[in-house]
Formats: sequence, C-alpha cells, structure tokens
Amino acid sequence: MKVLVPVKRVIDYNVKIRVKPDGSGVETQNVKMSMNPFDEISIEEAVRMKEKGVAEEVIAVSMGPQQCQETLRTALAMGADRGIHVKTDDVLEPLAVAKMLKAIAEKEQPQMIIVGKQAIDDDCNQTGQMTAALLGWSQATFASVIELGEGTAKVTREIDGGLETVDIKLPAVVTSDLRLNEPRYASLPNIMKAKKKPIEEMDPASLGVDTTPRVKTLKVSEPPKRQGGVKVESVQELVSKLVNEAKVI
Amino acid sequence: MAARHPIYDADSETIREQIRRFCAREIEPHAEAWEEEGIFPRELYAKAGAAGILGLGFPEEYGGAGGGITYYCLVREELARTGFAGVRVGLMGLGIALPPILKLGSEEMKRRIAPEVLSGEKISALAISEPEGGSDVANLRTTARREGDEYIVNGEKTFISSGVRADYMTVAVRTGGPGMAGISLLVVEGDRPGISRTNLKKSGWWTSDTGHIHFDDVRVPASNLLGEENGGFKGIMNNFNLERLGIAASLIGSSRCCYEEAVRYAHERRTFGKLLAEHQVVRHKLVDMATGIQAMEGMLDNLVWRVTGGETCIAEIAMLKSFCGATHERIASEAVQIFGGAGIIRGHKVERIFRESKILSIGGGSSEVMKDLASRHLGWSA
Ligand SMILES: Cc1cc2nc3c(=O)[nH]c(=O)nc-3n(C[C@H](O)[C@H](O)[C@H](O)COP(=O)(O)OP(=O)(O)OC[C@H]3O[C@@H](n4cnc5c(N)ncnc54)[C@H](O)[C@@H]3O)c2cc1C
Repeated sequence: MKVLVPVKRVIDYNVKIRVKPDGSGVETQNVKMSMNPFDEISIEEAVRMKEKGVAEEVIAVSMGPQQCQETLRTALAMGADRGIHVKTDDVLEPLAVAKMLKAIAEKEQPQMIIVGKQAIDDDCNQTGQMTAALLGWSQATFASVIELGEGTAKVTREIDGGLETVDIKLPAVVTSDLRLNEPRYASLPNIMKAKKKPIEEMDPASLGVDTTPRVKTLKVSEPPKRQGGVKVESVQELVSKLVNEAKVI
Repeated sequence: MAARHPIYDADSETIREQIRRFCAREIEPHAEAWEEEGIFPRELYAKAGAAGILGLGFPEEYGGAGGGITYYCLVREELARTGFAGVRVGLMGLGIALPPILKLGSEEMKRRIAPEVLSGEKISALAISEPEGGSDVANLRTTARREGDEYIVNGEKTFISSGVRADYMTVAVRTGGPGMAGISLLVVEGDRPGISRTNLKKSGWWTSDTGHIHFDDVRVPASNLLGEENGGFKGIMNNFNLERLGIAASLIGSSRCCYEEAVRYAHERRTFGKLLAEHQVVRHKLVDMATGIQAMEGMLDNLVWRVTGGETCIAEIAMLKSFCGATHERIASEAVQIFGGAGIIRGHKVERIFRESKILSIGGGSSEVMKDLASRHLGWSA
C-alpha cells in the first residue's frame, strides 16, 4: 500500500516567537524553520511500515513557499520515497490544506494518510479530521500505536484519562500523537541520497482548490508580561491578600 | 547559520540539527549523573553509531557517514557544546585511533576493524604517550620485537583516553633504533594476554576513562603493523594534525557553552537592583567572550578550508591549537566569574568546564610544544 504523509514547515520549536511590530503576525524572517515535530513522527511511522514490508511507498507532501522543499528533503532523508510540493505563498488554513490533500489522495490512492495531530505554529488540530471528512474515509486521531491488519487497522488513541482502541477500515486518516514513536536521525549518507529522490511540483489551482482564507486576522499581540510574584510571611497574610487584593475569595 | 558560510552549507546545518537532537535526547538528561558516578554507558556507542554520528568524517565504504574534515569538526563542536567533555572524549576516541588504521592499514584490517568501531560495537583508543615521554614522542620506549609472524610488545603507555575500555589500541612502538626513525604503529587488541590496564583518577572528564597500560610480552600478529616498519613517526604527526583540528572545534563548542550559560545567567541574576547584563563591566566580559569565539571560528574555518584543499598547515594548526586552548581557558574562567559563587558549586556546567579547562592546553600537544612546533615551521628557525 501507499502511505501519504503531509509535512509542514514551521518555526523551530527552540525559537522564541516574536510578534511583528505592526501586529500583523509573528516574525518569520531570518527565523530558523523545521519540520513540524508531529510530522516527523508521522514520517517515521510510515517509513517503519515500509521497512516491515507492509507499505510499498511513502509519499511526503508539503504545501507552502519554495523553502518547503527543504522540509521535504528532510522527509526524504528519513526514508520517504518521493515528495510532492504544492507551491504557494498564500496563507493556508486547515480547510484549504484538507481540500488539497483530498485532491492528491484521489490521484495517488494511498491506503493511509498519516497527519500530525497538530502543527506547533497554530496548534489547530483540524487538518486530519477535515481530510477524513472530505474523503469520507475512516479516521483515528491522536494515535500512539498503529497495527495494520488486512484492509483494516487497530489504532490505540490517547484520550483524557486513558487509552482507547479503535478498529478502522482502510483507507483511513490517522493523526499521530507524541508517543507513537521516536523519529530517527537523518544521517549524512541519507541526506545525500535524498537529493536524488524526485519532488513533483504543483500549485493549488492545478488541484482545483481555492485557498482564499475564510478567517481574517485582526491583530496578533504578545501575551501580557508576567508580573513578579511576592513571598508572603504567613497563612493569615495569604488569606488577607486573596480576599482584599486578588478578591478571589 | 547565515545563508553563506565559508565551510558549512544547508546539509551540514541539517546534520548539526540531528546532532543537537541526539545530544538533547541521549546526552543532556543523563550526563551529569554519568559524570558524577564516573561511568560511561556502553550502549551510547551503538546509539551514536546508529544515528550516523560516530561515522561523520569517515569514508562510507568502511562504515562511515562521509563528509570529510568539515564534518569531523562539526560533530566535535556540537558534542562539546553540551558542556560534557568527558562524554565527548569517551565517545569519540575513534577520531584519533581510526585514521591511522584507514590511512596505513591493510585492506583486510580496514574492513575488519573500521565498520565495527564506526557502528559503535567496538571501542578504539590511540596510545602514544608514555610515563617517560608525552611531549617528546620521538623518545618513546615501548618496544615491539619481531619474532616470526609476530611482534612482542613490552613497555607502558599512560594518560590514554578510553585506554581501559578499548577493544583496539593504535599503539606507537619502537621497532628500530633511537629517535623518530625507529618508531612504528601497531594495532593491539585489548584482550591479548599480557596487557594490564588501570583507570587513573583525574580532576575532570570523569565519564571518560584515562588508562595506564602495561604491555608484558604481548604477542601481536605482524600483520597488525600499520604502514612500514620504522615508518610510523610521520603517520603519528599527520594524525596529530587532524586531532588538533578536532580539538580546536571542541574548544569552540565548549566556549560557546560557557558563553551561552553566562549570557543566560547574566539575564537572570540581579545585583544592586539591576540584571548583571545591565552592568557595563559584565556586558564587556560577554563581548570579550564572543570575540574570542569569533576569532577561533575564523581560524578554524580557514584551516578546514585549506586542509580540505590539500594543504598540510603544520604551523597554522599548531598555532590554532594553542590559541584555542588559551582562549577557551580564559572564556571558561570569565564564565565562572560571571556566575560568582554559583560558578564554584557543582551542577553548573561552567564549574565543570572551568575545572577541566587545562586539559586541552596539555593533551593533544601542550601549548608550549605547539608554539615550538610552529616556530620550526614558520620558515625562520635556525
Ligand atoms: C586527560 C588526558 C587525556 C589524554 N589522552 C591521551 C590519549 O588518548 N593518547 C595519548 O597518547 N596521550 C594522551 N594524553 C597525553 C597527552 O598527550 C600528554 O599529556 C601531553 O602530550 C603532554 O605530555 P606530558 O604529560 O608527558 O608532559 P611533559 O612532556 O612532561 O611536559 C611537561 C611540561 O613541560 C613542557 N614542555 C615539554 N617539552 C617542552 C619543550 N621542548 N619546550 C618547552 N616546554 C616543554 C610542556 O609544555 C608541559 O608544560 C592525555 C592527557 C590527558 C591529561
């Protein structure tokens, strides 16, 4: 079977996010970008399926500006077989991404799409669910274990207060959670080999998708600065402050 | 990294990222405990091997990850940046033990030894220094006497990193007359009868064992000889050149760790109602540290580029090594100064780095010996 894995280029998790002075968004100029960590986990899972012989091909897809090809190269260095780059400088909302994934899935016919449960930039947690709904496929979100059967999969999901196991029919969309696996390191020989793997370029129009945003960003601002705390001497003082200053009791 | 760099490119930055991930996952959370207990978890070799870290700078046909000297330096800088030099040295002994085998060894030996070492299955060490002669390599006394198809090794080596754990030792021995013309390089397996090894207690690098080794009639197949008999001295010197580039990179990484720790602390600690970083004196200290790092990097980038282009650069590498040793000592000292009393308390990275900061002004060729070597290769020596 084929496995399709979308990979998003996001601000690196180590970078301290800065809001642009005009409040129109966050600063991405000269900021280190990397693959969304949940997408690394998805790629790892797909590559392991291939190594076990249950998947024949792993296709990585990235949507966004030219530099998304760097993210795709990382996915290829981790073991994906080929890449698809949907090139656009537009802002992409989850619904637009889901529609494009649907169009690509209809063409490529994968049995599974493994999507990160969320991207660490906007934390939307919507793309996987929307893609499954648009395709009319089964979905299993927040996966910590995926076991493949004959045309089926058994997925362990992380839910509040425990684990839930669901049986789903393929084709399906699965979204990966943190504990699904530990992604491997891309080695130098594999980075070199990845340069020879093909990346197909397309654009949203060729997929028949209108990416015009439906949500308008009015203003982006820093969270309020934390005020320094004070140490209280006694329980009495604490209670008096809670009553008189914080007015919470 | 900026878009343009003299020796690094997008690929090297991807690899740097992978090494940082490895350090954050496999080294940082545990190294403080390893260091305090003086242990090195053997499985770290296999993990670093599988991650393609051990093999950086070594040819792929022998199990390496490729990349040449640029990557040889890059991996050492990043491992040093954790601030745990003992872990780096414990892990990377192969960086000085393996090159002579790959340069001078028989094809059979290269295929047998290199892949095992680069995958992290086996540990290797380089044994040159002796109780009677560290700086004065040409005077070494450990002998290897040829008897039929074997060499019989007698003598002692000391201060050998990973010397106690090593499965393979690349040993400098005297096979001929006195001086540099009587020296050979021989691979000695760690489990041969007649070898006894003890770990020396030292002031730092506790994760890395430092061995004193006795060879008492140790029999080694003659085919373990590297290169020509009595022709080992040149190989030792070439290997030192590579080692010193790696040491410079490590000192840069370690200096960066000091600088980053000091910058962080200076933005947390308040005195006289201000952050330390708001006192001009402290700001100047931080700038001086950054200047030292910039100078070391400039020298190293330039020499990596020249050596990659085929130059030998003996004097320049010797000057680089002594300059980096001294600069790193100063940076470590200033970092502790910025931490104040906290810099003396165990558990802070700068405390350990300062305590260990003499080691690399001595090991790999002392600063005095480096300057002496440079003076003889700058073209004016009598
Ligand atoms: C932690 C550690 C790990 C080490 N690991 C290894 C290893 O893996 N393999 C290995 O082979 N060796 C290793 N060494 C040994 C190291 O290379 C030697 O310590 C170093 O070369 C200096 O030799 P020495 O200690 O005998 O000092 P000496 O040669 O006795 O020198 C003592 C002092 O005299 C100075 N001096 C010597 N000759 C001259 C001169 N001609 N002019 C002016 N000053 C001079 C030196 O600079 C030094 O200050 C290690 C050392 C340490 C401390």
